[in-house]
Amino acid sequence: MIEILNLEFMRNAFMAGIMLSPVLAVVSFFVVLRRFSFIGVGVAHSAFGGVALGSLLGISPTLTALGFSVAVANGISYIGRQGKLSTDTAIGIFFALAMALGVIFIGMSDQYNVDLFGYLFGNILAITNQDLITIAVLGGMVLVSIFLFFKELLFVAFDSEVASVSGMPVAFLDHFFMTLLALSVVISIKIVGIVLVSSLLVIPGATAFQITNRYISMIVVSIAVSLAATIGGLLISYYADLASGATIVILASIIFFIAFTVGRFRKGRKI
Amino acid sequence: MKDRAMNIGEKKDVFAELHDVWVRYNVKWILKSIYLKCYEGEILGIVGPNGGGKSTLLKVILGLVRPEKGSVQLFGRMPDKRGGLEVGYLPQISHADRSFPVTVLDVVLMGLYGRTGFFKRPGRSAKEIAMNMLSRINMADHAKESFGTLSGGQQQRVNVARALVSKPKLLVLDEPSTGIDTVAQEEFYELLAEFRDELGISVIMVSHDIGVITAHADSVACLNTQLHYHGEPDLCFKPEVMEKIYGKNLKVMIHDSRCVTCYKRHEDHD
Ligand SMILES: Nc1ncnc2c1ncn2[C@@H]1O[C@H](COP(=O)(O)OP(=O)(O)OP(=O)(O)O)[C@@H](O)[C@H]1O
Ligand SMILES: [Mg+2]
Repeated sequence: MIEILNLEFMRNAFMAGIMLSPVLAVVSFFVVLRRFSFIGVGVAHSAFGGVALGSLLGISPTLTALGFSVAVANGISYIGRQGKLSTDTAIGIFFALAMALGVIFIGMSDQYNVDLFGYLFGNILAITNQDLITIAVLGGMVLVSIFLFFKELLFVAFDSEVASVSGMPVAFLDHFFMTLLALSVVISIKIVGIVLVSSLLVIPGATAFQITNRYISMIVVSIAVSLAATIGGLLISYYADLASGATIVILASIIFFIAFTVGRFRKGRKI
Repeated sequence: MKDRAMNIGEKKDVFAELHDVWVRYNVKWILKSIYLKCYEGEILGIVGPNGGGKSTLLKVILGLVRPEKGSVQLFGRMPDKRGGLEVGYLPQISHADRSFPVTVLDVVLMGLYGRTGFFKRPGRSAKEIAMNMLSRINMADHAKESFGTLSGGQQQRVNVARALVSKPKLLVLDEPSTGIDTVAQEEFYELLAEFRDELGISVIMVSHDIGVITAHADSVACLNTQLHYHGEPDLCFKPEVMEKIYGKNLKVMIHDSRCVTCYKRHEDHD
């Protein structure tokens, strides 16, 4: 354990994981409540277009990924609220558009040193001190924002029409949450990757759903699952020499299936 | 009935006004040229066939649906430009999910979020108000239970409590008695009357139960895309008016002894 922490990249990875866990957990609580899992997938993949553009222009891929993801998240939300098209149609369109743009940008770029695989599936070796600062600042913003607007977000998730009649600014809150979701996705890319990050926006919340039916304990469980998966996944990946992002996701899934089985079993006994 | 009829005679303030309102979904007009005035302290009943546009009309008044044409005023403002405390709303279909992780008390507290203000949690006084409200609908014992574990009728009652808890100036109810047993219904309408007398609350209520409307409403709007009649309930249920709205099948719809059509049938038998 101590020897791992002597390695700078592992230290950085652990710090990133510990800071990201509560952010992803709290966001995933709302993602599961509002059935936004697929939105998470769409927003994450749209970051690919941003990463590619960033490397084409030679500017920070995190910055451009942020732009792409925030734009797509809000676009999905906007189209969804117009009511004519369902959100998953909007996701299907934006998802493909952003990926296609990414492929074109990469084709145009003459830099072949961009670590595409790392962006797609995560690369903890690439987590710099600068990244840690970004994660701390943006992740902190997400957490504080959700804390401040928690009851409004909860009401809108429960029944958005009644919430609107009761004076909750529903449209604003929807775009606000989508933006927070996009931020969480982008800051998690280095550790789990574009392809896998959406699972961490779903699994912690979904696991908590199996175990408890109070929102406060749900958030606590969600954070615990997230931390266990991230820290456990990093440890296992180091010792077993496996890809860290994938290990984290697989561990999270295992925790989910255990909770699911236990949940079934408990419910079955009650009847 | 009588003293209420006299109340109507008094001059009352108009709190909601619809002026030539048209609404459509895609190509079909759902509401055509609706003129409506709602008076303070009055219970307005809205009846009409399925698909007649009743829920849509409520949503227009609440600012959830924007009319294609015409103007809507609620408390002198555009409906979507007001604070949330003035209006309590009970939707016809609750979108709430059974697995949603809230207690019964949490749901009633939501009705007070508008008052709590941003960045704050509901405090002890809010919880007291919510508990009082739950006692008035005999649901206080269930306060700590998960909302999702309640029966449909119990959930409906909790939703009513949420709509009433902020003591709104206007209560909008879309088929409030759906799934509520007869005893609870009686209690509910008593509660409604109490609230009106205590607070001068105004009510707009959609119901298929014409008996309920005649017994509790001060005036009635009969809606089938167009507003066919707006006045006192006893006058509304004339056979000509009813037939225009419901077509020939109105016998099925009408159960109240005061119903003109049924009266006519009884006379026929005699
Ligand atoms: N979101 C929507 N999109 C498209 N059409 C809609 C929508 N909501 C309602 N409609 C249509 O508008 C019409 C009126 O619907 P509304 O729900 O207002 O009727 P209602 O009088 O409340 O009926 P019910 O007695 O069944 O509750 C219906 O024909 C319905 O198909
Ligand atoms: Mg309806």
